[in-house]
Amino acid sequence: MNDMTLVERDVETRKTKISATDVQVYYGETHAIKDVNVEIEEKTVTAFIGPSGCGKSTFLRCLNRMNDTIDVCRVQGKILLDGENIYDKRVDPVQLRAKVGMVFQKPNPFPKSIYDNVAYGPRIHGLARDKADLDDIVEKSLRRGAIWNEVKDRLDAPGTGLSGGQQQRLCIARAVATEPEVLLMDEPCSALDPIATAQVEELIDELRQSYSVVIVTHSMQQAARVSQKTAFFHLGNLVEFGETGQIFTNPRDPRTESYITGRIG
Amino acid sequence: MSDISQTPENGSSKHAGSLLTPNPRTIKRNNAEKRFQVYGIAAIAVGLLMLVVLVTTILGKGVGAYSQTFITLDVELLEKKLDKKGTRNIDDIKKVTTFGYSPLIKNAFKTKVAELGIETDLKLKKQAALLSKSAAGQLRNYVIANPDMIGETVTFRFLTNSRVDGYMKGRVSRDSIANDKSVSSEQLDLVDELVAKGTIKKTFNIDFILGADASDQRPEAAGMGVSMLGSLSMMFVVLGLALPIGVAASIYLEEFAPQNWLTDIIEVNISNLAAVPSIVFGILGLAVFINYMHLPTSAPLVGGLVLTLMTLPTIIISTRASLKSVPPSIRDAALGVGASKMQAVFHHVLPLAAPGILTGTIIGLAQALGETAPLLLIGMVGFIASNAPDSVASGLLDPNSAMPAQIYEWAKRADPAFYERAWGGIIILLVFLVTMNTVAVILRRRFERRW
Amino acid sequence: MPTIWLVVSLFVLSAIGYFVGRNRALQSAGGDTRDLHSLPIYYGMNVALTALIPALSVLVIWVLAQPMIIDTQVSRTIPAELIPESSTRGLVMSDVRRVAEGLDLAVSLGGMTEADSQAINAETTDVRARLGEYGVALGSDVRPEVLKAAQTYRNLTATASLAMNLVVAVLAIGGLAFAYSKTHKDFRARNVVERGVLALLIFAASLAILTTVGIVFSMLFETLNFFSLHDWKDFFLGTTWAPNFRGDSELSILPLLWGTLYISFIALLVAVPVGLFAAVYLSEYASGATRAFAKPLLEILAGIPTIVYGLFALLTVGPMLVRVFGRGDNGLLGVEWMAGATSVLTAGIVMGIMLIPFVSSLSDDIINAVPQSMRDGSLGLGATKSETVRQVVLPAALPGIVGAVLLAASRAIGETMIVVMGAGAIAKFSLNPLESMTTITTRIVSQLTGDTDFASPETLVAFALGLTLFVLTLGLNVLALLIVRKYREQYE
Repeated sequence: MNDMTLVERDVETRKTKISATDVQVYYGETHAIKDVNVEIEEKTVTAFIGPSGCGKSTFLRCLNRMNDTIDVCRVQGKILLDGENIYDKRVDPVQLRAKVGMVFQKPNPFPKSIYDNVAYGPRIHGLARDKADLDDIVEKSLRRGAIWNEVKDRLDAPGTGLSGGQQQRLCIARAVATEPEVLLMDEPCSALDPIATAQVEELIDELRQSYSVVIVTHSMQQAARVSQKTAFFHLGNLVEFGETGQIFTNPRDPRTESYITGRIG
Repeated sequence: MSDISQTPENGSSKHAGSLLTPNPRTIKRNNAEKRFQVYGIAAIAVGLLMLVVLVTTILGKGVGAYSQTFITLDVELLEKKLDKKGTRNIDDIKKVTTFGYSPLIKNAFKTKVAELGIETDLKLKKQAALLSKSAAGQLRNYVIANPDMIGETVTFRFLTNSRVDGYMKGRVSRDSIANDKSVSSEQLDLVDELVAKGTIKKTFNIDFILGADASDQRPEAAGMGVSMLGSLSMMFVVLGLALPIGVAASIYLEEFAPQNWLTDIIEVNISNLAAVPSIVFGILGLAVFINYMHLPTSAPLVGGLVLTLMTLPTIIISTRASLKSVPPSIRDAALGVGASKMQAVFHHVLPLAAPGILTGTIIGLAQALGETAPLLLIGMVGFIASNAPDSVASGLLDPNSAMPAQIYEWAKRADPAFYERAWGGIIILLVFLVTMNTVAVILRRRFERRW
Repeated sequence: MPTIWLVVSLFVLSAIGYFVGRNRALQSAGGDTRDLHSLPIYYGMNVALTALIPALSVLVIWVLAQPMIIDTQVSRTIPAELIPESSTRGLVMSDVRRVAEGLDLAVSLGGMTEADSQAINAETTDVRARLGEYGVALGSDVRPEVLKAAQTYRNLTATASLAMNLVVAVLAIGGLAFAYSKTHKDFRARNVVERGVLALLIFAASLAILTTVGIVFSMLFETLNFFSLHDWKDFFLGTTWAPNFRGDSELSILPLLWGTLYISFIALLVAVPVGLFAAVYLSEYASGATRAFAKPLLEILAGIPTIVYGLFALLTVGPMLVRVFGRGDNGLLGVEWMAGATSVLTAGIVMGIMLIPFVSSLSDDIINAVPQSMRDGSLGLGATKSETVRQVVLPAALPGIVGAVLLAASRAIGETMIVVMGAGAIAKFSLNPLESMTTITTRIVSQLTGDTDFASPETLVAFALGLTLFVLTLGLNVLALLIVRKYREQYE
């Protein structure tokens, strides 16, 4: 828990990147998220923890409107990104998702070459001026994804041919390539072995230098290792939100304590 | 508020600008998105439009076949023409050919025209030509069936010929008959007058549904009835053979077959047979059933056999799917109380899979009912059966046609009057298919189990 | 048909067997079913099946084999030197059969006694005229050796039928007696019956193989016959299709193949874009209600019999195209490019309509098999739905879609009624889609309908065409199924 104490020092000065007020999510008849208020700061790793089905992934998907792709899902309340309500009618989710990138639970490389996987985002958003610029972006992203050295000789090989951990780092590189301001990660390590998990966690810590990272995780150890802020969800409610150190060492809510000590979840 | 996002702290954000105002690239991309959706909607619209066009064409052109123009005449059945000896001996009466009946009809026509006070310059022969060529035959059949009526005056409803019928339906107009030898403008004048007096009428024509095909010269008399019987006989053969064989084969493959190369071959074989062009089954039928086994040509039995082979894969595939959907727990339960595997399958699995099997069979039958190509090769083409078969055996073995083959035959004939009959025949065929498919859907909905 | 009565009596016998077997078993147990090894119905079934199955199988095999054996026997009695120059043994044999059938008919109508039919002599009687009285039309005068062979044929057939009836009857009664004698309360009737039923099930399953063997062999034999009469090089490599029933035909498959492929190509040109876009829209965009409404409606198009499409081509689409591209100054375009209603375009468009649901439902399945995570990945990067579909979903589904298109192509190549009615009858190489062209299936129909003479290359060529068609479609199907299967495995 060394790094946890390390990061505690410089958390106070951050600006708010995303601020959610009274967010409700309904899946058809089910009320999946109830009255969630949370403020996510920039250049911070925020972890969402909680038992399965508590709504942490659902809430994460609200932050870049991925829930729009599910027909029965309705979102109420306000989520401000840099002060702008992302659920405003005028907001195009496409433009939003360029700013708020996402990495998924299961590595999902496209059935294309490694190069094309990473170049996909910059291409659709028109971020590269020319081929050389694109090559540059791809290399930079793969380096940031900490996978450049492993794949630099086979950029034309299909992304699906990589190992699970490599695939996930490729997906992170792919998300980074569009230069988002916020990176959402939905249990990015749940399909990975411990070594790959360690590599990804290291990567998350580096990404914190330039992005605001929100990570949903099942593992409390992981939350403690990588995050500065932690939010605990239970049955669709945000039970407690605060400094990671405080949540893990001195939870205010008895439910948080029960979860952390392993009595629920 | 928005100035925060315009100056991101890391300075490298490429997503400058407020989210509330879409940037030009997004607008462009969203337009592409809309175009893409429009293509999709257009594709579906094209498909549905084709369906609508097809259905309206069929209905629009085919409904005419269900009504027909008739002319009512009082015919005096003169004894001196029909039974010179006056003995009412049926053999003597039968000796009078249809030619002998024509004068009676002409006389009746003359009387009718005079009675109605219609003036016409047409010769009597031309006047009587308005009637169908089947009129004399109809009269003769009546007399042979009722010899006692000779000497009496009887009211008959005769078919008019197809040109008059076409005129009544708007298919034939005064312009279109300019080069037509079989009908003249004067004749149509006469028709107009007879229509005005109520002698010529267009009414519902049950004979199209129940009657037999007629020769090239008499499209007005052609009907679907006999070929419908032909199709029906074939369907009985298909049902009687394909269902038991298909179910037996599926039970073996699904429940008993060991996993070996032979089973593999059978399975690959079945899935490939399902995609063999139907005409190949026709060639098989011609070569094996007719040339080799010398079964009668054009017989519904042979047609049924060919269609059986063709439908078997369909039935096997759907039966296997419904057997597969019965959960193994049912089999285990039966085996657990000491039933043999055979008993478990026949007593428990098969009844539970029955609705699915039936649905698949009906769909297979519907497919077979509409199939034409193989029937052409085994000689089940039109104008073969002029009368309905009188027994089950003759229904199976005597030459007959089938509904789709009959439609094809009509479509090939030169007289456009037959086209109307072809479209009309399609309506009957589709009514059968829609009914069968509806039954299949209802069965599936009603008995579908969720395990 | 006495064979039918034989079959009926077999079934009656077997039904009797059921009851006597069941009763005997019950008696042996003193009427207490609990003492029996199996349920009473199994004893009945055992007797019934033992009486029925062997006899019925022998009957079927006999009926199948008899004509072949008798044919070879009779054919041997005709010396080779008596076969006319212009004819073949096969032709003479078909004459023999026709005469024999004629004699049969004459006897059954009572116009001839059996003795008469045996005594009839081609040198003294005009057999052709004599048989003509009974409505048997013969193509030429009956030569003595043909008549003699016909009589041998009839005698052999009569003897064989008698023998068959005897053998079958003995087998049936023997089977019944044997099974009856075995029936006892300790007899394991259920096991025996179940083995028998399993054998029946296996037989039913192997019918599929028999059908394929039947298809291949029936076409292969006649194709070999064809190649013995006609040069195979002309068939595969020639450039002209000009059948001539007086002989000397040029029968090359290439112009037919061209027509077939051209029409199929146009059909796919219609069906693939429409079907694919419809599938994409239905699976990616449409709401549940739209999907539930449009998908079954589109699939109706696949359930409409091809004869309906044929009629639609001949009477609606063809004339409409003529109105646009033909009729000179009276037409819509004022051009005179199209002479008749039948053309490559007519058949191609209509076939395309038929294939729309085929392509769309197959592609729909395949697009749905692409994992949702792939779409999420793309959408999460800020791609629009259409970008996701075009750049991620479709490339991922490509192998499956190729398989679907190949299946559709195989359907198009084997389709018969639409081309018979809509494509025309002229075999030629041309690129003009407004011209009539003909296809393999159309020619098979025209060569095999009407009066066919199974000894002339003009008829037999249909079998060679059929075999080529079979091989072509089979190859496409196998390839398509392999591709689709491999694709499915990738995402499972």
